[in-house]
Amino acid sequence: MSIATDNPPVAASPPRKPRWNAHAVTHALDRLGLGFFSPFVRLVAGDEPEKQVHEITLNIVLPGVAFAIFLGLWALAASHIRTDAQKIPSPAETWAAWQGIVKFAKNESKKADAFEARMKTVAQKQIDVADSQLPILEAAKAVGNTVEAAAIEGRIQATRERAATYLERKYVGPPTFFTQIATSLFTVTVGFAAATLIAVPLGILCGLSKPFNTAINPLIQIFKPVSPLAWLPIVFVIVTALCKPSSGDSFITRAMLISAGTVTLCSLWPTLINTAVGVAGIDPDHMNVAKVLKLSWTQRIFKIVLPSALPMIFTGMRLSLGVGWMVLIAADMLAQNPGLGKFVWDTFQNGSTTSMAQIVCAVFAIGIIGFVLDRIMLILQRLVSFDERAI
Amino acid sequence: MSYFEAWNLQKIYRSKRGDTVVVQDFTLKMERGEFVCIVGHSGCGKSTVLSMVAGLNEITGGGVILDGREIDGAGPDRGVVFQSPCLLPWMTTLENIMLGINQVYPHVPKVQRRQIAAYYLDRVGLAGTEHRRPAELSQGMRQRVGLARAFALAPKMLLLDEPFGMLDKLTKVELQDVLLELWNRERLTALMVTHDVDEAIFLADRVVCMSNGPEAEIGDILEIRIPRPRNRAGLLETGEYYLLREHLIDFLENKSHLRPSRPGRPAPGATSATAPMP
Ligand SMILES: Nc1ncnc2c1ncn2[C@@H]1O[C@H](COP(=O)(O)OP(=O)(O)O)[C@@H](O)[C@H]1O
Ligand SMILES: [Mg+2]
Repeated sequence: MSIATDNPPVAASPPRKPRWNAHAVTHALDRLGLGFFSPFVRLVAGDEPEKQVHEITLNIVLPGVAFAIFLGLWALAASHIRTDAQKIPSPAETWAAWQGIVKFAKNESKKADAFEARMKTVAQKQIDVADSQLPILEAAKAVGNTVEAAAIEGRIQATRERAATYLERKYVGPPTFFTQIATSLFTVTVGFAAATLIAVPLGILCGLSKPFNTAINPLIQIFKPVSPLAWLPIVFVIVTALCKPSSGDSFITRAMLISAGTVTLCSLWPTLINTAVGVAGIDPDHMNVAKVLKLSWTQRIFKIVLPSALPMIFTGMRLSLGVGWMVLIAADMLAQNPGLGKFVWDTFQNGSTTSMAQIVCAVFAIGIIGFVLDRIMLILQRLVSFDERAI
Repeated sequence: MSYFEAWNLQKIYRSKRGDTVVVQDFTLKMERGEFVCIVGHSGCGKSTVLSMVAGLNEITGGGVILDGREIDGAGPDRGVVFQSPCLLPWMTTLENIMLGINQVYPHVPKVQRRQIAAYYLDRVGLAGTEHRRPAELSQGMRQRVGLARAFALAPKMLLLDEPFGMLDKLTKVELQDVLLELWNRERLTALMVTHDVDEAIFLADRVVCMSNGPEAEIGDILEIRIPRPRNRAGLLETGEYYLLREHLIDFLENKSHLRPSRPGRPAPGATSATAPMP
């Protein structure tokens, strides 16, 4: 392209020499799945301006216009669709609700800080009390009064322990939108990790062994289309039977396990099927290499099968994560796991004037997080794919 | 007994529409350190024979003995080079070669194993490409790695199936020289399939001509008595080269449909099992 590096400038129209390597930047953007920013970079670098303007029109302006039309239709719907109690919130109301959500979260975080600071001062007071006893203890020891000394020592110990419990105390306020997002992300990560750990080995077995594949294929086909709503009661029974009710402050609660388990059951299928297809589709030439070299079973799996099927596995995992995130919202609602799903449901039940606007905020948050998760998987997928043509 | 012996090798592909006998009664003996090329028309069963010897294709009749033992399945005692280099694209060139070396010399210290790999990479003219992946190499360079990988196994036998078939003429010539140079050093027993008559004459001690399939068999065997070490320029100066070439082309064009073992067919007149003497 026109990003000349060491060519002497042509007399007629010397190419503008960018001070930085625009190509490297656009390449990185493409790798990150943010290719729509590339034209801006090229434009700034002075690389074929007309073409870049055209690209920007196509990729930025058009979607922008579509979004504006969407906002218009939304506002129109907001002014017409209403029940006795609820109405579709307008974009402006939604924005206000979002600011309310952020303000509430900030407030809670301030409260938590204040609580911690208070606990620290209380604990410090206790420690000071304990320290003040030390000279008395020394004196008692000096005169050889062991009974007295033991009693004082016991008191100091108890005071110190009390100080420690103050420090450990956590602020328990209502969950904010952002702690709910964190819970959702944690839950989906657990469920998705479990799904991957189950699906990849099973998929490899399916891909390698025709009899095994034939044996479990009917199960896969039957369970794959089952809705999360149907899995949830079953997961509920399993989790309730196997797990003791957890103490209040643990991050891993029964509700979280039920949500995660439902995510696992619904999201393992794409990974399983893609792994099986990827493994079954390994280039026979590569398997011949394994045969000629008499590789052991484990070597075959880790040196040939897994690397070769990795791009397909990651394609499956990307689909799985998409399914998992979608399922999670429903599972959170039903299992009462304090994530985004529960937020939506509770807000809906609450039925205050701003609740619909808050729900719309949640809808956008769910969509944007899903998009970000998908991009992350896309980047990973590109990292593991090798050039298929190069055999 | 010969170092390598294939007797009455037969391949039947079974399908719903009936069985096809692709290769019938392929019998060949080779001495240790001999280089034999198999030529024949496309689809006659050359690859089938080679892959049976490699142990990658089930043998349906007859058998193969190598160094006093009947072969059973594939193994690193037979280094294989196919038309496509079959490198593992997720490994660097060095890793591709090391994979085999690790299998053959499991008890040799790692430093030494790396030295072996580096030695063969150097021999095929690829020193300095240890950490490149196949995608970054040209087709010719990849096949060089393929050769290095096969030789690094120090196999009893080298099996090559049209290894230069996908390359352009210039690269092909370069790689023939690389192969011959390596082979001259190590004198591995080599069986190579090709449909390039010039290549066969340049490389081989004997050229085996296969008749057309189905039920392909050996139609003719030609001895190449051109002294080694050979070089291309010297080869073209010998009158013998042209005679051999003519003989092979004559076989492929006029006699490859004949089957010497079938009395029912007209007995081919010129299927003497020896070369025309200069
Ligand atoms: N797996 C198979 N099943 C049935 N027929 C096959 C199979 N593989 C090869 N053949 C047939 O065997 C014959 C010989 O094939 P091949 O050994 O590849 O020929 P060559 O290498 O000499 O070109 C061909 O006619 C081909 O159609
Ligand atoms: Mg072939």
